[in-house]
Amino acid sequence: MNAKKIDRLATGIIYALVAAVIIILIAILGYILFNGVPDISWHFLTSAAQSFSAGGGIRDQLFNSLYLLILTIIVSLPIGLGAGIYLSEYAADNWFTDLIRTSVEVLSSLPSVVVGLFGYLLFVIKLNLGFSILSGAIALTFFNLPLLTRNIEESLRSVPNLQREAGMSLGLSNWKTTTKIILPAALPGILTGLILSAGRIFGEAAALIYTAGQSAPTVDYTNWNIFSATSFLNPMRPAETLAVHIWKVNTESVTPDANLISSASSAVLIIVILIFNLGTRFLGNKLYKKITASK
Amino acid sequence: MKKYNLEETYITDIPEKKALSTKDLQVYYGSEHAIFDANLNFPRYKITALIGASGSGKSTLLRCLNRMNDKVARVEGEISYRDVNINSPKINIYEVRKQIGMVFQRPNPFAKSIRENITFALKNAGITKKSDLEERLEQSLKGAALWDEVKDNLNKSALALSGGQQQRLCIARSIAMRPDILLLDEPASALDPISTSKIEETLKVLSKDYSIIIVTHNLQQASRISDYTAFLHLGHIIEYNSTVNIFTNPQMQATEDYVSGNFG
Repeated sequence: MNAKKIDRLATGIIYALVAAVIIILIAILGYILFNGVPDISWHFLTSAAQSFSAGGGIRDQLFNSLYLLILTIIVSLPIGLGAGIYLSEYAADNWFTDLIRTSVEVLSSLPSVVVGLFGYLLFVIKLNLGFSILSGAIALTFFNLPLLTRNIEESLRSVPNLQREAGMSLGLSNWKTTTKIILPAALPGILTGLILSAGRIFGEAAALIYTAGQSAPTVDYTNWNIFSATSFLNPMRPAETLAVHIWKVNTESVTPDANLISSASSAVLIIVILIFNLGTRFLGNKLYKKITASK
Repeated sequence: MKKYNLEETYITDIPEKKALSTKDLQVYYGSEHAIFDANLNFPRYKITALIGASGSGKSTLLRCLNRMNDKVARVEGEISYRDVNINSPKINIYEVRKQIGMVFQRPNPFAKSIRENITFALKNAGITKKSDLEERLEQSLKGAALWDEVKDNLNKSALALSGGQQQRLCIARSIAMRPDILLLDEPASALDPISTSKIEETLKVLSKDYSIIIVTHNLQQASRISDYTAFLHLGHIIEYNSTVNIFTNPQMQATEDYVSGNFG
């Protein structure tokens, strides 16, 4: 075969593979949205779940998922940033850094159910946090941190070394160069990582069943006192998330409309992730343009 | 490659005041000895060129002068600047780099606006008054012969400039700090001839107020703009003399072969 033919063949195969990815994606998304969207109503989004009768909603589960997502990001982003900056900008190339990197990689391949059980034993039982949003958020941080750290490190690393030299040659400290020059330049990559991990957090069920719990107690959405047991902001209350709800409705629920609830919930889950994805990208691009002055 | 006696060297002293001098400077990359016994005096308010083949150590030597090699190589010996040995671990390297600026081979403006490229390091150095910043902005861009081309677009991204403009912006960014000495590592090697001649003109003008040390592969460039030239070979400074002498009356065989193109 000549070079031209090989090239054409390779191009064809690549196109076919891309098409396969897109078809699978569209098929799954289409199936979920097609089945779920017709059942989404204002009533469904704003009423509490029912254990035995039909007509229950997902108000609390939806809120719990969002709250847990925000808490997890608040806990894991600073740690991930710190670790990523250390690994990319400060760590020397030696066995110790390699050890850290390997540990991070091993941690990232832990099954989420193991992370959940570990969280159950440590936070729920040993530290006496009980089934709570806090336990869930910490477990999700364990689950999320390795990939987030790795992603931040890679994003920082991909900024050309020339930029670091430019900062150094102007008498800027390593820290200033990192925070004011390298970090802004790496922002788009970091954002992509954050979006991906947010999707994982939002859709995670296994790690939460044992940590955040499977019950959604009625909470008062007008009570802003974070320490009050009935407040929706109280992080010490058990909180069933949307993903856990989908799992539960499908396994042990006795509601007659379980099918409807799970398909509509799945659709909501995907729509929220899409909104979060697009929203973060939009805000991130704006921020990036502002600090880099690019139009 | 021809073998030359690396121990035989011809290094002149300079009549001018010294901007910077090195004494018995050795550089090691791990176990590899990269610079041997560099003893050089760089004149004040003149342009000194470092020439030599790839791997001769000219960039390595240049990068020692403002401690950019700190994490990369082991540098032994003395580098004296205003009677202070700046190659001492006690020295505040950030202050050194404010006095001894550097421009690199590939233009590396920050991903910020043209204005911020200049003002960012100034603000960091404690200059916060708006009028001062604006004055330095205009002065440095004029000094790098870029002002007329960008004065209406100061808030645009520096990455939108052409390669030659970016490199002049990098020069402006360095001189905005009002350093004493400007180190340039092949600043024109990635640029087209027109941008190159603009940079050369700029450097000529700047040499009235700055001591400039430039690494270059381009022999014509060295002979056009520099006052003194050092020829390096395999980590040794073979010859150091006025540029006229280096190019018309070289004392060492290696220098003569290099400047006449019979090298290697």
